[in-house]
Amino acid sequence: MTILRPDLAIIAAEVRANARVLDVGCGDGLLLAALRDSKAADARGMELNARDVATAVARGLSVVQGDADTDLADYPDRSFDYAILSQTLQTTKRPDLVLDHLVRIGREAFVSFPNFAQWRIRFAHMFGGRMPVTEQLPHRWYDTPNIHHVTIDDFRSFLHDRHITIEGQWFLSGNKPRGERFANLLAQHAVFQLRRD
Amino acid sequence: MQGDTRFGLDKRTRLLGPVRLDSGAEFAPLDFAYETYGTLNADKSNAILICHALTGDQYVASTHPITGKSGWWTRMVGPGKPIDPARHCIISMNVMGSCMGASGPASIDPATGAPYGMAFPVITIPDMVRAQAILLQYLGIETLEAVVGGSMGGMQALSWAALYPERVRSAVIIASTARHSAQNIAFHEVGRQAIMADPRWNNGAYYGREAPASGLAVARMAAHITYLSEAGLTEKFGRRLQNRDAKSFGFDADFQVESYLRYQGLSFVDRFDANSYLYITRAMDYFDLAEPHDGILAKAFARTRTRFCLISFDSDWLYPTAESRRIVHALNAAGAAASFVELSSPFGHDSFLLDAPEMNRIVDGFLRAGESR
Repeated sequence: MTILRPDLAIIAAEVRANARVLDVGCGDGLLLAALRDSKAADARGMELNARDVATAVARGLSVVQGDADTDLADYPDRSFDYAILSQTLQTTKRPDLVLDHLVRIGREAFVSFPNFAQWRIRFAHMFGGRMPVTEQLPHRWYDTPNIHHVTIDDFRSFLHDRHITIEGQWFLSGNKPRGERFANLLAQHAVFQLRRD
Repeated sequence: MQGDTRFGLDKRTRLLGPVRLDSGAEFAPLDFAYETYGTLNADKSNAILICHALTGDQYVASTHPITGKSGWWTRMVGPGKPIDPARHCIISMNVMGSCMGASGPASIDPATGAPYGMAFPVITIPDMVRAQAILLQYLGIETLEAVVGGSMGGMQALSWAALYPERVRSAVIIASTARHSAQNIAFHEVGRQAIMADPRWNNGAYYGREAPASGLAVARMAAHITYLSEAGLTEKFGRRLQNRDAKSFGFDADFQVESYLRYQGLSFVDRFDANSYLYITRAMDYFDLAEPHDGILAKAFARTRTRFCLISFDSDWLYPTAESRRIVHALNAAGAAASFVELSSPFGHDSFLLDAPEMNRIVDGFLRAGESR
């Protein structure tokens, strides 16, 4: 079995067996295939890149080519046990609307994103005076797909304003899990499990 | 199945029916012309129905008796292909209204002993599907592993899933649409008017005489343009002249593209019946899968358990990607297991008939996943 990216491994471990799962921005379907094979999940996906969609469908997954910004409206409320948005939030035009759809479509949602307040990024910005190019955010200012940078604290305050409940949260430095303490300063990635009641 | 004369190449049969038509009429008896490839397995779970496009026929993977050309979808159907007679029992039949052996305006009305002509009932895409269901019953096939079709074949595949959801496990819909747009209808109307403006058409009563070949050829020429793309035409012909160094200052086919279209028109009339062209284009124009469901397409697929795979092509302006996306949105709303991808190809609507490795990879993976369930 393929080794999953650490944030995906966290999500995969949390998903209940036989769940209905929608992965928004599923790439070539690695997580979905893992959920199908190890959790017998009814796994569906959405992905913008045609080549990735083709690979996912050729894997036998139900994946539609679509855009999180425009193609989520038709999914009925609570039609999935989990809606997942991994490393995609920061690339959407309207992350707020995408998140609204996510907690509407899924009884629960998982969101993972790179933390823009991690100290290396702060450091690069403060002392380099340039837009940071780091291992976790390797793009330059003009070619980055990440058009809405977000920090862990930004995200928490957004959830608070929208009355979205945090069911679980995980933080990563490199590939290693780390505690919640000073996460906004120290964590490179965050994974949140959410629910809107 | 060995020795079962119902299966094999170039089969014909007449069944009593009747088929109840959307117009309210009943039609009987029904003539069928079909082919099967491969063997139906013991639990009859490997049947795949291939549905053909407007001017297609049952010769999906065998030589066409009139043109002598190889089957129209040998890139998709055949040994080692995604739809493989080694694994599947493949059925393809001439649609009702067509002219390669199915009941259509050119076939003989048993009541009069003469061709139906315009007395043939106006039919719809769902009517074609209901007729197909009658042949499948005759073949003893209750459920289909998959229904597969491009263009009008995709409309049939969608209709199969909507009319008989419990009988279709998977549906593959390529370069198709759930409804004909005003532009689609407009192009078809040009074709029909070309046929009906040909004095030889004679209100459809031309059998045994000269057929309205010039009208049908013009219809084909107009339609053929919609199957290609501007980029494809430019690449293939540009403004190049046909067998000459300078413009003739006359109305010969100066340009290669004119010569090509004339050839397409002329070769078409040898293998197709003008009245069939009228009836089938009408059926396509009437097609709107959402219409019987208060205009809400998702309702056509309510509670469906069929798996869907849709493919569109970026240069297809006849049934553009937006139409496939509309179907996908409806399937998502209905909670259906749907896959969809827009592939890149310069060849317009006809891309699905051409070499498209990505299309084959997707269809292969999609069908195999259904088989392992």
